[in-house]
Parts: sequence; structure tokens; C-alpha cells
Amino acid sequence: MSIVEFSWSSALLGGALIGFAAVLMMVTIGRIAGISSIFASTLKPSSAYSWQWAFSGGLLFSGLCLNWFYHPIQLDIQSNTFWLVVAGLLVGFGSRLGSGCTSGHGVCGIARFSPRSLTATAVFISSGMLTVAVLRQLQ
Amino acid sequence: MKSTVSAFTAGAIFGIGLIVSEMVNPRRVQGFLDILGNWDPTLVFVMAGALLVTMIGYKLVLSRQKPLFESSFSVPTNRIIDARLIIGAILFGTGWGLSGLCPGPAIVSVATFNPDIAIFIVAMIVGMKLFDTLNKKV
Repeated sequence: MSIVEFSWSSALLGGALIGFAAVLMMVTIGRIAGISSIFASTLKPSSAYSWQWAFSGGLLFSGLCLNWFYHPIQLDIQSNTFWLVVAGLLVGFGSRLGSGCTSGHGVCGIARFSPRSLTATAVFISSGMLTVAVLRQLQ
Repeated sequence: MKSTVSAFTAGAIFGIGLIVSEMVNPRRVQGFLDILGNWDPTLVFVMAGALLVTMIGYKLVLSRQKPLFESSFSVPTNRIIDARLIIGAILFGTGWGLSGLCPGPAIVSVATFNPDIAIFIVAMIVGMKLFDTLNKKV
């Protein structure tokens, strides 16, 4: 699946920026940068979620700016519409049921040595690997 | 106001991190998950960079009495590993593997106006709403 070249330096730098953003959230407003929870809050009919709107707006803004002024974001999506819908439903439902996704559990939770986040991350990486292995057999 | 600006800035830096590390590209993510194929180690380096900074940063920050612009830290205290956590993570991981997408990269990728991203995000919102509906009934 992966033909694109791998650059460990941009991976490390990008990761460090993600970590810096997580620390910035904690030092300024004392919150976890867990994107599934933050995004889900913006879907609720209340105006009491201003920082969640602001964080989501920041994510959108970074995409728009870099896509226009830096270089176009490269997206290689290999799933068809049906599987994208299934994937979206599973990601949405699963991240709420499991109280987090790659950012909240995988980065913020593990950095706090949370046993729940360590477990969730091990489980979703395993189920993701299993899914890709099954996809590979079907192709 | 300060909280809003901080959260916006953090969101923007997070998004830049996802783009610089190419975690916005589903192929990178699926490449990492493809252990039986042509394995892509990028995600390991992204996680390493993120965790190193966050671990040190959290250690320094959480030794403070309170954050800069709010009255207290809001950090999850639940330590119980229950069926919800495990089943939720299994479902999430399956969707993540199927598409190579998760919430952060999907939101950042809205900028591309790629219809596939719109489809994924709408389905993700439906999944989240479905959870809220079922969760109220239980």
C-alpha cells in the first residue's frame, strides 16, 4: 500500500508539533486535546462549547492555509463510497463509546500514563491492523 | 477570550503537525497498519515525537496549581477498563483501518474539498449522533 517515501524527520517534527499543541491546551485551559470529544461537543445544540468550536476552527484553518499557501494536501483514499460510510459510522460511534480516538487516547492519554488510554490505543491499533490484513486478503 | 484564542491556536498547530507528518494522508495510516505488507513506519515516529513532547510538557504543566486562563485542570480521572472502552476501541480501529481516517485528519482535510472526506465526516457525525441516542436510552 505504501509507495510514498518515508521521511523520519518530518514525521518527528510533525509529531512534536502535535505534542506542543496538546501541551498548549493543557497549560492555557487545562484541557485534553481529544479531537473526537471536542468535535462531538460542537454538534450539541448549545452555545456553551466555545473553546471546542475554537479548537475545531483552528484545525480547519490550518488545513485551508497550508493547502493554499504551502502545498496541496495529498490524500490517497482507497476506499469506495460504501466502505467510507461504514468507516465513518464506526469511527464516530466507536470513538464516542470508547471515550476517545488517536489524539485523546493515543497522544494525550498515553502521555499521562492512563491505563484506559494505553489499553484503548493497543486495542484500536490491533483492530486496525487486523482490518487492513483482512482487506489485503480480499483485494 | 484568552481561552478561545488558545484553543484556536492549539487546533491550528495540531493541524499543521498532522499535515507536516503526513498523517492526513490515509495511505500513510493504512501503510502503518499494513504489517503483512509494505509496512510504513511513519506513524511510529509521529507518535514518538508527540509523546516525548507531551509527556515532558504535561509533567511540567500539571505540577502547577491551575492552568493559565481557567480555574482548574479538566483531566479524566476514570481508570476502569470496561467493556465500553474495549468495544469502542475495536469499532474505532476497524473504521480507522478501513479508511485510514480518524477525526483530526478528516477535519483538517475538509480544506481539500474532496467529496470522499465529506462522505466520511457526515457518516462520522451520524455515528456520533447514533451513540448519543442509544446512550440516552440505556
